[in-house]
Amino acid sequence: MTMEISKKVEQLAPSGIRAFFDLVLGMKDVISLGVGEPDFVTPWHIREKAIFSLEEGFTSYTSNKGMLELRRQIAHFLGHRYGMTYDPEEEILVTVGVSEGLDLAMRAILNPGDKVLIPEPSYVSYRPVVELAGGTPVILTTTLENGFKLTPSQIEKACHKGVKAMMINYPCNPTGASYTKEELQAIARAAQRHNLFVISDEVYDELTYDFPHTPLASLRGMKDHVLYFNGFSKAYAMTGFRIGWVCGPAKVVAAMTKIHQYTMLCAPITGQMAAEEALKNGFKSVQEMKKEYNRRRRYIVGALNEIGLDCHMPQGAFYVFPSIGRTGETSMAFAQNLLKKKKVALVPGGAFGAAGEGYVRISYASSYENLKEAVGRIKDYLKR
Amino acid sequence: MDEILEILSKDARISAGEIAKLTGKTEDFVKKAVKKYEKNGIIVKYKTIINHDLVNTTGSFVRALIEVNITPQKDVGFDSIAERIYSFPEVTSCYLLSGAYDLLLVVEGENIHTVANFVASKLSPMENVRGTTTHFLLKKYKEDGQIFKKQPGGKRLNISY
Repeated sequence: MTMEISKKVEQLAPSGIRAFFDLVLGMKDVISLGVGEPDFVTPWHIREKAIFSLEEGFTSYTSNKGMLELRRQIAHFLGHRYGMTYDPEEEILVTVGVSEGLDLAMRAILNPGDKVLIPEPSYVSYRPVVELAGGTPVILTTTLENGFKLTPSQIEKACHKGVKAMMINYPCNPTGASYTKEELQAIARAAQRHNLFVISDEVYDELTYDFPHTPLASLRGMKDHVLYFNGFSKAYAMTGFRIGWVCGPAKVVAAMTKIHQYTMLCAPITGQMAAEEALKNGFKSVQEMKKEYNRRRRYIVGALNEIGLDCHMPQGAFYVFPSIGRTGETSMAFAQNLLKKKKVALVPGGAFGAAGEGYVRISYASSYENLKEAVGRIKDYLKR
Repeated sequence: MDEILEILSKDARISAGEIAKLTGKTEDFVKKAVKKYEKNGIIVKYKTIINHDLVNTTGSFVRALIEVNITPQKDVGFDSIAERIYSFPEVTSCYLLSGAYDLLLVVEGENIHTVANFVASKLSPMENVRGTTTHFLLKKYKEDGQIFKKQPGGKRLNISY
């Protein structure tokens, strides 16, 4: 008997980039600017707390929603940092990273055929989670001219019948683009006018360099419209702990919890223990890492422009998204050739949607020495 | 701390041009700032941290922490006796502390005998020194924020979204 794969999964955009990833992973002595996670190891006080919790015997399930103490810490943190009020009992769910949360959200709110606005270039999972939940993605292309930012008029134009939700991610992976409070207010008005549900992925919030980060949900009248996603991976360099959270209207959080309890049961307790420590005592480490990223950001933007790759100054995250237009190569060809000839790895922009074609994503979550060496090699490559 | 100082405190050999790129300031601005710090003594010296365990020297090298109890002098307190002590080149660091003893010295020598000799013939006989306790350093794990054990690197996958 041959086991057939579900049509839906078969039709999911095959990651053509998988082969490229395998090529990178199979190669030695590569300088990689292709990594989507911090190059810092989790601060010691957080790791130490995780180890201690294991020694103490905290190895059980937790409440489906996550440990109440952690949810209280999250509520406290959000109140203190952004002036937002969320009820830890009803309006917060601890997830296995933001990725799980996004999937839960789509499954919780979409009916077959519901449309979801997705700005591209975007994180790779956005489109698949909408499709897997039976929704229809409506792609909004962001461009270099607009600093890769979504405009309110794009939202207005796209809001035909059947558009139920929009996704937004800022600071953005892969472009590093982020929004000022004024820009967000304009987007919020458009979303309210069309009664859209906003899925806001703000996992890079602490890595915003030029202005303070404003959560969409903190804007007047937006709390009921927004599912606010955040996590510990980027700010506290805790990617492997797999802990994120979502805040939103109690009804939606309850629906998401329903799915979460059947599929995930709960986020791992060791990660939750570590996350609690991160919120209690980790802020200083976050600021230290941010300072370091900001220096590298200034360096890499300057250096790439100097060697002739047009690169706009991103406002957040740890990515730059330079244009490779002058090479005449597709982003995939550029990435492959650079890897083979100069042993520098980066991610082709096409991986983040058609709008990313003609660009590459460079992660500056790498040491200054590595960045310098890589820029030198890219320069050599461009000269050929 | 000023960003320029912060960068220099991690890497004293970085050039003004590079600091300029990292901070978004001009090279000229950085040069002037560093000059000023040097002039007014904020930047005292540029040094290298050496792991002596790995240096192949013919002679060996020992380091001791010495606690010193002192009778303070009228008018000058501890400063004058501290100066007499830290002026010896064997004393590489000298701190005044609160608590069970007064001065903490770091003393370096070729071997245990040189250090012991320094304590016996120079330090202890001093008029205001009431007593000393010498601790020889057995192993250096971390100094000035630098961990000496080689850190395993590169646990991340080389590429990810």
